[in-house]
Amino acid sequence: MTGLTVLAALLALLPLFAIFADLVAKGASSVNWDFFVQNPPTAGATGGGVANAIMGTLLVVGVAALVGLPVGIGAGVYLAEYGGSPFATIVRFLADVLNGTPSVIAGIFVWTWVVRPMGHFSGLSGGIALAVLMLPMVTRTTEEMVRLVPHSLREAALALGYPRWRTTLQIMVRAAWPGILTGGLVAVARIAGETAPLLFTALGNLNFKTNLLQPMQTLSLQIYVFATSPFAAWHRLAWGAALVLMAMVLAVGMAARYATRSRVGRG
Amino acid sequence: MPQSDGGLARNVRGRGGRGDTAFRVTLTALAAIIPLLFVALVGQLLWSAWPAIRAFGARFLFSSTWDPVAGIYGAGPMIFGTLYSSVIALVLAVPLAIGVSIFLTEFAPVWLRRPVGTLVELLAAIPSVVYGLWGIFVLIPLLRTYVLPPLQAVLGWTPLFSGTFFGNSMLAAGILLAVMILPYISSVSREVLAAVPPSQREAALALGATRWEAVWSAVLPYARSGLIGAVVLGLGRALGETMAVVMVIGNRHDLSLSLVDPGYTMAAIIANEFNEATGLQRAALFEIGLVLFGVTVAVNALARLLVWRVARDSAAGSAAL
Repeated sequence: MTGLTVLAALLALLPLFAIFADLVAKGASSVNWDFFVQNPPTAGATGGGVANAIMGTLLVVGVAALVGLPVGIGAGVYLAEYGGSPFATIVRFLADVLNGTPSVIAGIFVWTWVVRPMGHFSGLSGGIALAVLMLPMVTRTTEEMVRLVPHSLREAALALGYPRWRTTLQIMVRAAWPGILTGGLVAVARIAGETAPLLFTALGNLNFKTNLLQPMQTLSLQIYVFATSPFAAWHRLAWGAALVLMAMVLAVGMAARYATRSRVGRG
Repeated sequence: MPQSDGGLARNVRGRGGRGDTAFRVTLTALAAIIPLLFVALVGQLLWSAWPAIRAFGARFLFSSTWDPVAGIYGAGPMIFGTLYSSVIALVLAVPLAIGVSIFLTEFAPVWLRRPVGTLVELLAAIPSVVYGLWGIFVLIPLLRTYVLPPLQAVLGWTPLFSGTFFGNSMLAAGILLAVMILPYISSVSREVLAAVPPSQREAALALGATRWEAVWSAVLPYARSGLIGAVVLGLGRALGETMAVVMVIGNRHDLSLSLVDPGYTMAAIIANEFNEATGLQRAALFEIGLVLFGVTVAVNALARLLVWRVARDSAAGSAAL
């Protein structure tokens, strides 16, 4: 019977290795200089790259981080520092509810509140949709991290006459900062590969755009469109884009691990 | 557990009173965004879905007609497909995920636990659209060439495997979903198993049980509700998964028990049709979104309750969620 659990572990790791091997085998050949500096070829043509999608991913995810991280960290610090009230209990519960919400729902939600009033699809609305997904994750991890800071630190600061807000910011949040940063980076890595909420917000764009008010391509959208197209050249670009996206996600994930390792957040 | 400071803050208010008030108001405002988002989300879904709710009533949930020309919409096949693909995923993923977590908490040498655990959790880092890409170009050809011919030769007469396999199918979607939810189920079940008190194991071993018997007769029963919670959490993930499913399930409004037939899910039809839909069709898609949202909220709440019952004493249990 013990052997069966070993078998389960091997079977569980099999798809992981298969997917990574296929990403490298099928994606590496399309990743060259052109891949990073050119835009996609027209349907059916060969060559080209995904410069537009790489730029778009950075911009859309950047907007999401800019909106989602400050709000999420603020809300998380609130829950850790003033977490006893009924209001805080409601916030905590709803953050958990939103955390389990399918990402496609965030897409139609932001479409209704942002895309429709603006009258057109845009990279900005894509970033907002991803921020909606990030917010509850960042809130809950920030709360956990601030709670891990020993209570004696707070008491020492207050005993020295620190006002409450400086105690929170300069002692509690500072001590928890590596953990908060890790939580934030993990959330960024999670949303960087999201596609469904971007279908109705960023929409996608075969041209290179840096204007956040226009429809914008991301690697994830590009992979979806190219993979479901009938053109072999686009399929190759899809694999290359998937390899690059995976590398970006893993790089952010590793930065997240490094952030906690470099300084000890537990005090 | 609120961290009370025993009134210390009040005592020092003389020095930081105004700053404290401003700080608290700012943080409260940021925290208030979460309930605001929730109210805006539920209100908007209800509001946008209302024309469809009024036009079709409860029939919407069971009817299998989806006819934009006649303006008649029913979500039956999508609701069925969502549940069916998720059940397939659970059937495949649960034994593996629980097996992995038993291996990692009970049998694996200590040096192996961290690396293998990290690798399994790496499955959760792969974007959904990459799973879809892999499904289209690797999994489906694999199924077509090596898996289904022998399987259909033996089991082709059963309703589960009857029909012609064209590639895009319930089976392909179920397998992808299984791989995608595996890390979530296994990470929560690991936390749950680790939270079982060692005395349970020791008592069984002292009575002469082998290590496997100790796991089977003492650890697993103790952890049962938490493990069920882990499975329900995986179910919640599978129900709402969009991209990987939309790329391999075939997107057909059919009701079929056969695993080789194409199907549709609630998330998939929203992804496919939302941008082109207008009027009543858009309202119908919003109603599907509302149903999907309601189901995932209920499923996640249940999962949390179950895990919390086992792991309430360990901080790990709540962190895993």
